[in-house]
Amino acid sequence: MADGIRDKVAILGMGCTKFGERWESGAEDLAVEAFVECLEDAGIEKKELQAAYVGTHFDEVNVGKAALPIALPLKLPYIPVTRTENYCATATEAFRAAVYSVAAGVYDIVLAIGVEKLKDTGYGGLPSSGGGVNSFMMGANFTAPGSFAQLATAYGKKWDIPMDKIKDAIAHVSAKSHANGVLNPRAHLRRAISEDQIKAAPMIAYPLGLFDCCGVSDGSAAAIVTTPEIAKSLKKNQDIVMVKALSICDSSGEEAMYNNWDGSHFVTTRIAATNAYKEAGIKDPRKEISMMEVHDCFSITEMVTMEDLHISPKGGSYDDIMNGFYDLNGDVPCQVDGGLKCFGHPIGASGLRMIYAMYEQLLDRVPEERKVKNARLGLTHNLGGLPWMNVAAISIVGLN
Amino acid sequence: MFGICSYGGYVPKYRLNRGLVYAAMGWMNPANIANAAGEKAVANFDEDSITMAVAAGIDALNGIDRSTVDAVYFASTTMPYKERLNAGIITPALGLRDHVRAADFSGGIKAGTTALIAALEGVESERLNNVVVTASDCRLGKPSSPQELIFGDAAAALIVGSKDVIAEFKGSYSITYDFGDHYRGAFTKYDRQWEDRWIRDLGFVQFIPEAVNGLLDKYKLKMDDFTKVVYPCHYGGARKKLGGMLGIAPEADQNNLQAELGETGTPHSLVMLVKALEEANPGDKILVVSFGSGCDALFFEVTDKIKKLKSRNGISGCLANKADLDNYTKYLVWRDILPGEKGMRGEEDNWTRWSSLWRARTFVFGLWGGKCKKCGTAQLPPQKICVNPECGAVDAMEPYLFSDKIGKIASFTGDMLAASVNPPAVYGAVEFDEGGKYYFDFTDCDLESLETGMPVYMSFRRKYFDDRRDISGYFWKAVPQKEVK
Repeated sequence: MADGIRDKVAILGMGCTKFGERWESGAEDLAVEAFVECLEDAGIEKKELQAAYVGTHFDEVNVGKAALPIALPLKLPYIPVTRTENYCATATEAFRAAVYSVAAGVYDIVLAIGVEKLKDTGYGGLPSSGGGVNSFMMGANFTAPGSFAQLATAYGKKWDIPMDKIKDAIAHVSAKSHANGVLNPRAHLRRAISEDQIKAAPMIAYPLGLFDCCGVSDGSAAAIVTTPEIAKSLKKNQDIVMVKALSICDSSGEEAMYNNWDGSHFVTTRIAATNAYKEAGIKDPRKEISMMEVHDCFSITEMVTMEDLHISPKGGSYDDIMNGFYDLNGDVPCQVDGGLKCFGHPIGASGLRMIYAMYEQLLDRVPEERKVKNARLGLTHNLGGLPWMNVAAISIVGLN
Repeated sequence: MFGICSYGGYVPKYRLNRGLVYAAMGWMNPANIANAAGEKAVANFDEDSITMAVAAGIDALNGIDRSTVDAVYFASTTMPYKERLNAGIITPALGLRDHVRAADFSGGIKAGTTALIAALEGVESERLNNVVVTASDCRLGKPSSPQELIFGDAAAALIVGSKDVIAEFKGSYSITYDFGDHYRGAFTKYDRQWEDRWIRDLGFVQFIPEAVNGLLDKYKLKMDDFTKVVYPCHYGGARKKLGGMLGIAPEADQNNLQAELGETGTPHSLVMLVKALEEANPGDKILVVSFGSGCDALFFEVTDKIKKLKSRNGISGCLANKADLDNYTKYLVWRDILPGEKGMRGEEDNWTRWSSLWRARTFVFGLWGGKCKKCGTAQLPPQKICVNPECGAVDAMEPYLFSDKIGKIASFTGDMLAASVNPPAVYGAVEFDEGGKYYFDFTDCDLESLETGMPVYMSFRRKYFDDRRDISGYFWKAVPQKEVK
């Protein structure tokens, strides 16, 4: 009988580049940067790696298909290297594959690396992701902000909250992430922005303004995972970060086509969260989760996600957000490194970057000014796709 | 008895005030002040002659069993395709069967009445049951040309048949001349015309009486037999002269809608005829004359069935549902006269894969989804496995038409990032009242007026234009309706 991944795999080392507009660096350079840091942190030789999983999302503006374009610059030593791709959960999928291959007993030491070079498009925002050869013929002319913006109109209708109150809450969400980004030298956007500035910004997709949208960034992040025994032998007398849960949930088509979903929340995130807490043995996430990195592609996504993760009560994220529950000094700090909003969102790297943010907090490697007190359990969350059809991924990592 | 069994009309929502056009371009051709009064109807950025013909056709098909339609005749001089049957795109969009005859009628702008005569004769021969005749045009005049002010965009549709005839066809008379008043070559975007005085004095003032007198002589009729006379002629002076010459009483002279719509080309006589039918009473005799490379003259007698016709938008409904396009340069960008910068996102190259479109054709052109025979759930796009999680039946769908269903806005946005010649791109989730949900582009609306819960109806629109390969692609959009309170 399967009993989940809890405490079966340890993180031996991690690395993460500075995210941002890395005009001088290609995807290959970024991958090398994250990999070198990760290998050094793990304290092993490259030849000890037995397998690798590489996450990249866009073929069009990135390195192309397959894992080979990253295996070559890393000079991986003739080992199995496999590309994973699953929208914004791409890097979490690389991590999941690496973790599962160790848990399966197939390999002892495995690399997961995610990388994305987005700033070669020539314009702001993400390129169109496509959706099969016919999407432009029959789909709405939608972009990411326009798709996620609709959460706000549907959420307001569901809970009878006027748009100006929603704008107050999502402005606080973005202002908090900017405040956290200021403190983090590797973050993409490092400027404090006030809630008034956020609300006065030019409209991108009603009701989302410029500061409701996350950074479009270049970057890479990596992890090396191994068995708890090997981790303990290599990291004597040190804290070890263990994998507590890995949970993925894909839409079935119901949200998009069946009239029972109201458009105000993520069905997938709710299911993935319930499964993750069960796998990690968490009974009361609001009390037990120490900190989070969630998929704040847009501020409204973060607002509704607080409820979908079963942290805020349904319809109650407004109060929690406005009361500072998710601020750096709040009960469950969220986006402690700046989030997608300010740390940045190179799609194929984001899942691993979030785990990196939890890892450095758990191992007490961050300066006092941005430290989460008594961090024991960290949750990361990706949401790939559109509100009505998507993949939600949740990872929980913690100290042994 | 055979004749017209139903009618429908379509005028695009937007009106361009001619004074606005003159204010922008009058400096280049001050004589245009003569044509600068009133307003013209202009197709939205996502409309063309095909989409307007579909809208008129749907209006006309109200109350008609679609399975009784045997043919679709489309008349226009602004068809998006030279090769690829334009009526072949219109037919599935009207929700009609594949096994029908469809044809395009083009060339002179009298093609609308010529298509109507062909349909009438087909029904008379008893080879065809019901025929949809639809005419539509979207002609362009160059900026500062008189045509830019005179022309307008509209469509009309008639169902021709022998059951429940509202206007019996009594006869016709045609003349044909190669008269080069207006012309466009095969590769020309803008209308060109010869001198107005020649078109007016030789064209309208000679040809229309020739056709009318031909018909009167042939059927032993007098002008005062007719309750309404429908004929196009946007020259005000010539209209007065023709009225006098032909003895048309002022109350019989059907308004040519020049001040409200403009000269709409191929559909014009039919647009006027639809307006006349909207106001007609049993026993009325209507004379219809077209003009363009000659004339067709037709006459009809209205029956008492006209009182039983289901209500519809018609031309009058469309005339009442209008919005000002208060920006002349926006019109120029919509018509691709002024090349606005859509940004590099708008340069993305999407191939129309014809073999793939073929497989998706019932959904794309007809907005056919499926309804599960096991649980009754309506769903789109068509699915093999039922989306109802309690059901999940495999291959148990029957075709289900969504294009005639009403939905409600579940969520929406106005997107400034999406490439569009009419930003913000407005779109959102539509939940159909009888089940089914899809994310559609919204059109003919302002972001500011939208609310969740607002009803929408479906409209066939140009979804994209691939200028590298000259492909107009079509799909359905949602048109929000203000609720009548």
